[in-house]
Amino acid sequence: MKLTGAEILCESLTRLGVREIFGYPGGAILPVYDALGKSKLHHVLVRHEQGATHMADGYARASGGVGVAMATSGPGATNMVTGIATAMLDSSPVVCITGQVSSKVLGSDAFQEIDITGITMPITKHNVVVSHAEDIARTVREAFVIASSGRPGPVLVDITKDAQQASAEFDWEASAPQLPPKRQRTNHDPAEFDRAVELLNSAKRPLILAGHGIMVSGAMRAFEQFVRAGNYPVAMTLLGIGCFPASDPLNLGMMGMHGEAWVNNAIQEADLLIAVGMRFDDRVTGDLRTYAKSARKIHIEIDRAEINKNVKVDAALVGDAREVLEKLTPHIVTRDHDAWIRHIAKLKGDSAVRDIQSLPDTGHLYAAHVINDIWKETHGEAIVVTDVGQHQMWEAQYYHHNRPRTLITSGGLGTMGFALPAAIGAKFAKPDAEVWVVVGDGGFQMTMSELATIVQEKINIKIAIINNGFLGMVRQWQEFFYDKRYVATPLVAPDFAALANAFGIRGERITKRAEVVPVIRSARESTETVLIDFRVEQEDSVYPMVAAGASLSDMIRRPNSPLVETATEP
Amino acid sequence: MQTLVAYVENKPGVLNRVSSLARRLAINIDSLTVGPTENEAIARMTIVAHTDEKGAHRLEASLEKLVDVRLAENVSDRALLERDLALIKVSADQQNRPHLMELIKVFRARVVDVAPESLILEVSGAVEKIDGLLEVLRPFGVLEMARSGRISMTRGGDLLRPPVSAPSSELAAVDSNLK
Ligand SMILES: Cc1cc2nc3c(=O)[nH]c(=O)nc-3n(C[C@H](O)[C@H](O)[C@H](O)COP(=O)(O)OP(=O)(O)OC[C@H]3O[C@@H](n4cnc5c(N)ncnc54)[C@H](O)[C@@H]3O)c2cc1C
Ligand SMILES: Cc1ncc(C[n+]2csc(CCOP(=O)(O)OP(=O)(O)O)c2C)c(N)n1
Repeated sequence: MKLTGAEILCESLTRLGVREIFGYPGGAILPVYDALGKSKLHHVLVRHEQGATHMADGYARASGGVGVAMATSGPGATNMVTGIATAMLDSSPVVCITGQVSSKVLGSDAFQEIDITGITMPITKHNVVVSHAEDIARTVREAFVIASSGRPGPVLVDITKDAQQASAEFDWEASAPQLPPKRQRTNHDPAEFDRAVELLNSAKRPLILAGHGIMVSGAMRAFEQFVRAGNYPVAMTLLGIGCFPASDPLNLGMMGMHGEAWVNNAIQEADLLIAVGMRFDDRVTGDLRTYAKSARKIHIEIDRAEINKNVKVDAALVGDAREVLEKLTPHIVTRDHDAWIRHIAKLKGDSAVRDIQSLPDTGHLYAAHVINDIWKETHGEAIVVTDVGQHQMWEAQYYHHNRPRTLITSGGLGTMGFALPAAIGAKFAKPDAEVWVVVGDGGFQMTMSELATIVQEKINIKIAIINNGFLGMVRQWQEFFYDKRYVATPLVAPDFAALANAFGIRGERITKRAEVVPVIRSARESTETVLIDFRVEQEDSVYPMVAAGASLSDMIRRPNSPLVETATEP
Repeated sequence: MQTLVAYVENKPGVLNRVSSLARRLAINIDSLTVGPTENEAIARMTIVAHTDEKGAHRLEASLEKLVDVRLAENVSDRALLERDLALIKVSADQQNRPHLMELIKVFRARVVDVAPESLILEVSGAVEKIDGLLEVLRPFGVLEMARSGRISMTRGGDLLRPPVSAPSSELAAVDSNLK
């Protein structure tokens, strides 16, 4: 069957199971848009190409499949850069398709020509220029395989306009991926495996560090069996949240810079750390010289480059988390860690009194309360998509996720502006799920134009703006480390509720604690998107905090006294 | 200094990916050579990098993550045959020429071009040997020099061959699962 390159692209995407494409048109990709119109694919028109990449990313993270974003050459492609980097740092499978000028003028600084494969080389897992229609089907299939296999990541396919327009024979069978053969590494070194088993069975104070890789691997069941077999307490990274139910007594919560105090203390006291699908990010370890000094370490990790990168380990099991865990579990014989678990429970009890939930009601509205109420009202069942900043950390602390892929957040790049578009993508991936956006007043202003996308697509998500009138997380650093010199962090915002109305979205503004639950309930009852502007305490801080580069043992804790009174103008 | 050997796809842009990776890892490359192999689809690289064992592990593992790299291996600890080739243009007048010729013999270099005021020498061998020759030539006046960079091969039965089998069945499984 002879088709144009553009038609081959649409047909290939359809056969790969794609339903939605998030994109924005322009000259160099117009042939594809023409073909899109005749295909069964649904195109979601975004308001900025960064939004398209975050939507594809949110789609991928919520579904476990591949998200697809599309843009034209030149500025369309460069607008994707932040979203691609976001997906790269969090190992998210996104395929970006960009139009490129015709191959005949490549390299001539033609109108809207930009070397997007050159630009994105360090921030993609792979990228490629296609200049022949007959290569499109195979290349797109290869892009999907690369994006979703092993350690996932973004792939960019740059297709020249003449390749989109030319005709070629479309033969799906003949266009199977032809990726270069790789050396098959023997992953499970038997000596390493035996050492790991021995460490597991001799540990007195073991602790699991559970990461994003568990979700990527689909290892939740194998992980639970492993946890039960050894009766191991579990700490999670930010991106590991959801891989093991928060309601399980063995789940301790988040580790790291804003992790729970008892978790960080347990890490420092443990005699064995079992890291599964996590990469010892510096937000997780703090100062490496003082990190978990009394612990031996086992690292279960698919990417060999992560072994001994930040933390030197005693046994490295390179491979897919599920496979490794399934092999390991039958060898576990020691499971009596009750004294250790009781000890951690005591640490936890000591922390509870400092918790903001336990502070007397001062009549002020605290972000933690808002998020905790959202958690209660949604029974912990919603998909929550957060932006970057204080609200992100409060969400991690106060929304207790029981299911995988229900917290979607930018961890590695920490991209402000991520939440709103990523939530749109997540909603397309899980149309029946309740999707909440938790976002700061700063980050929301970065990509709020996507409200128009919500309206155009008639989708139903709930947006909670945690509005503290500051770039809160940066203000917190200024408070702690720069003597409260608040340079460039006080932030003027529009009236968000009125703004929502202007887009045709219901908007609410909340200033009192008593109003929180009712507004959440009424938002949940609505079948349309609702935006709620929560005017929270302006100068609250996230506790505990391990300062960047400090030891995990040195946590800045919430002062016992109620917060300093600050003027919150409603 | 660490030495890595890599088999890569013999196509445009691959060198850029490899060097871009080293730059991103903040690893300074001392020399990088690339040339064809007996299989025309595959090129072979020898990378000599200013880094320690940990850095070399990171580079090796990261290189193997590149789609276009079939294999990368740190061979620093193995028995290696290493060769560098240099062309050295040295100034030579009637007076010092005989002395120069003696040195050339000692280092088993060859004279490959003769001009009234200069000679071009060709010398190959281990890096230290070439460095040694350069040292003694310096007083004569080294006018120009070109070096190929190091190529390395593990000795004897220690074979380092590129994987050439069909794409792994694992990836084919991923392809058929998409949908
Ligand atoms: C403001 C801010 C504050 C933050 N504070 C914290 C904090 O306090 N605590 C915290 O934890 N994080 C924090 N983060 C996030 C942090 O920066 C990292 O993004 C996060 O710790 C990474 O978690 P991870 O290693 O589990 O996931 P990733 O970075 O996604 O790494 C996943 C790992 O799993 C491996 N993997 C992938 N697939 C598989 C598989 N199939 N089998 C086995 N392994 C696999 C990958 O190779 C990779 O090494 C913060 C971020 C921001 C923006
Ligand atoms: C694109 C981008 N620019 C800058 C930063 C640095 N940064 C991290 S958190 C933060 C403040 C976020 O403020 P806001 O969105 O209001 O959320 P809050 O911290 O108040 O909850 C900033 C500026 C970033 N992470 N991303």
